[in-house]
Amino acid sequence: MKLTGAEILCESLTRLGVQHIFGYPGGAILPVYDALGRSKLHHILVRHEQGATHMADGYARASGGVGVAMATSGPGATNMVTGIATAMLDSSPVVCITGQVSSKLLGSDAFQEIDITGITMPITKHNVVVARADDIARTVREAFIIASSGRPGPVLVDITKDAQQASSDFNWETSAPQLPPKRQRINYDQAEFERAVELLNASKRPLILAGHGILVSGAMRVFDKFVHTGNLPVAMTLLGIGCFPANDPLNLGMMGMHGEAWVNHAIQEADLLVAVGMRFDDRVTGDLCTYAKEARKIHIEIDRSEINKNVKVDSALIGDAREVLELLLPRLEHRERGDWLGHIRELKGDSAVRDIQGLPDSGHLYAAHVINDLWKETNGEAIVVTDVGQHQMWEAQYYHHNQPRSLVTSGGLGTMGFALPAAIGAKFAKPDSEVWVVVGDGGFQMTMCELATIVQEKIKINIAIINNGFLGMVRQWQEFFYDKRYVATPLVAPDFAALANAFGIRGERITSRTDVIPTIRSARESSETVLIDFRVEQEDSVYPMVPAGGALHEMIRRPDSPLVETATEP
Amino acid sequence: MQTLVAYVENKPGVLNRVASLARRLAINIDSLTVGPTENEEIARMTIVAHTDEKGAHRLEASLEKLVDVLLAENISDRSLIERDLALLKVSADQQSRPHLMELIKVFRARVIDVAPGSLILEVSGTVDKIDGLLEVLRPFGVLEMARTGRIAMTRGSDLLRPPKAPSKAKEPEPVISAAK
Repeated sequence: MKLTGAEILCESLTRLGVQHIFGYPGGAILPVYDALGRSKLHHILVRHEQGATHMADGYARASGGVGVAMATSGPGATNMVTGIATAMLDSSPVVCITGQVSSKLLGSDAFQEIDITGITMPITKHNVVVARADDIARTVREAFIIASSGRPGPVLVDITKDAQQASSDFNWETSAPQLPPKRQRINYDQAEFERAVELLNASKRPLILAGHGILVSGAMRVFDKFVHTGNLPVAMTLLGIGCFPANDPLNLGMMGMHGEAWVNHAIQEADLLVAVGMRFDDRVTGDLCTYAKEARKIHIEIDRSEINKNVKVDSALIGDAREVLELLLPRLEHRERGDWLGHIRELKGDSAVRDIQGLPDSGHLYAAHVINDLWKETNGEAIVVTDVGQHQMWEAQYYHHNQPRSLVTSGGLGTMGFALPAAIGAKFAKPDSEVWVVVGDGGFQMTMCELATIVQEKIKINIAIINNGFLGMVRQWQEFFYDKRYVATPLVAPDFAALANAFGIRGERITSRTDVIPTIRSARESSETVLIDFRVEQEDSVYPMVPAGGALHEMIRRPDSPLVETATEP
Repeated sequence: MQTLVAYVENKPGVLNRVASLARRLAINIDSLTVGPTENEEIARMTIVAHTDEKGAHRLEASLEKLVDVLLAENISDRSLIERDLALLKVSADQQSRPHLMELIKVFRARVIDVAPGSLILEVSGTVDKIDGLLEVLRPFGVLEMARTGRIAMTRGSDLLRPPKAPSKAKEPEPVISAAK
């Protein structure tokens, strides 16, 4: 069958199961858009290409499948860079398709020509230029395999305009992927495995560090069995949240810089850490010299380059988390661990009295209250998409996720502006799920143009802006480490409710605690997107906090006296 | 100093990926040689890097993550043969020439070009040997030097062959979201 390269692309995407493409047209990708119009693929017109990549990323994270973003050459492609890097750092399977100038113009500084494969080389798992229509189907199929296999990541396919326009014989069978042969390594020997078994069964104070890899490998069921068989308490990384139900008594909560105090103390006191699908990021470990000194370590991880990168381990089981856990499970023995679990409970009790939820109501609106109320009102069943900063940490602390893939957040890169577009992507992936954006007033202003995308696509999500008039997390660092010199962190924002109205979206502004729950209820009941501007305490901080590079057990705790400042009108 | 061997796809851009990776890991490459293998689709690289064993492990493991790298292996602590090739243009007049020829013999170098005022020598061997020759030639006046950088091969039955098994990775199952 003779098809143009553009038609081959659309046909290939369709056959790969793609339903939604998040993109923005332009000159060098026009042939593809022309073919898109004749295909069954649903194209979502974004307002900025960064939004397209975050949407594809949010789609991938909420669904477990591959998200697809599309842009034209030059500025269209460079606008994708932040979104690609976000997907790279969080191992998210995203395929980006960019148009490129015709192959005869390559390297000539033609209009809107940029070397996007050169630019994105260190932030993609793989990227490739396609200059022949014949190669399009095979390359796109390869891109999907690379993006989703092993440790997932973004792949960029740059297609020249002449390749899109040229005709070629389309044959799905003969355009099968031809990835280069790879050496099959022996991931670990039997001795390494036996050492892990021995460590597991001998441990008196074990702790599991559960990461994103559990979600990626779909290991939730075997992980649950593993945890209960061994009676092993679980600490979560930010991206691991959701891989194990928050309401399980063995789930301690989040670890790290803003992890719960009892979790960090448990890590420091454990005699064995079992890290599953996590990479000992500096936000998780704090100072490496004082990190978990008493613990032996087992690392279950698919990426060989992560082994012994930050933390030296005693047993490294390289492989897919699900496969490794399935092998370990029959060898794992049950232990009572009464002393250890009891000790963790004591630590937890000590923290609970400092918790802001337990403090008397001062009439002030705290972000933690808003998120706690949101959790209760949604029964913890919503997909929550967060940005980066204080609100993100409060969400991780106070919204208790029981379902896998119900928290979508930018962890590794910490990308402001991620939440709103990623939530749009998540909604397309899970149209029947309730989706909430929880975002700061700073991050929201970075990508708020995507409100128009929501309106154009007629989708229903809810947006909770945690508005404290500051770039809150940076302000917090300035408070703690720069003697309260608030340079460039006080932030003027538009009236978000009025702004929403201008887009044709219902907007609300909440300044008192009594209005929180009724407004959340009314937003949930509405069939259209609702934006709620929560004017929260301006100078509240996220506690506890391990200062960057500090020892994990030396945390800054919430002071006893509540804050007096209140939210002010703009 | 660590020595790695890599088999890579013989196509444009692969050298850039390998070099870019070393740069990102802040590993200084002392020498990198690349040439085709008996299979023209596959090239072999020898990378000599200024790093320790831990750095070499990261480089090796990160290299193998690249789609175009078929295999990467740190062979530093294996029994291996290393060779470097140098071309040296040395000043040589009537007086110095006989003396030069003596040295060339000792180092088993070859004279491959003779001009009225200079000679071009070809010498291969270990880095130490070539450095040694360079040292003794300096007083005569080394006008130009070109070196290939090291190539390396493990000895005897310790084979390092490019893999043949096709990739096992499968096409992802389509994830269909509910119709909207």
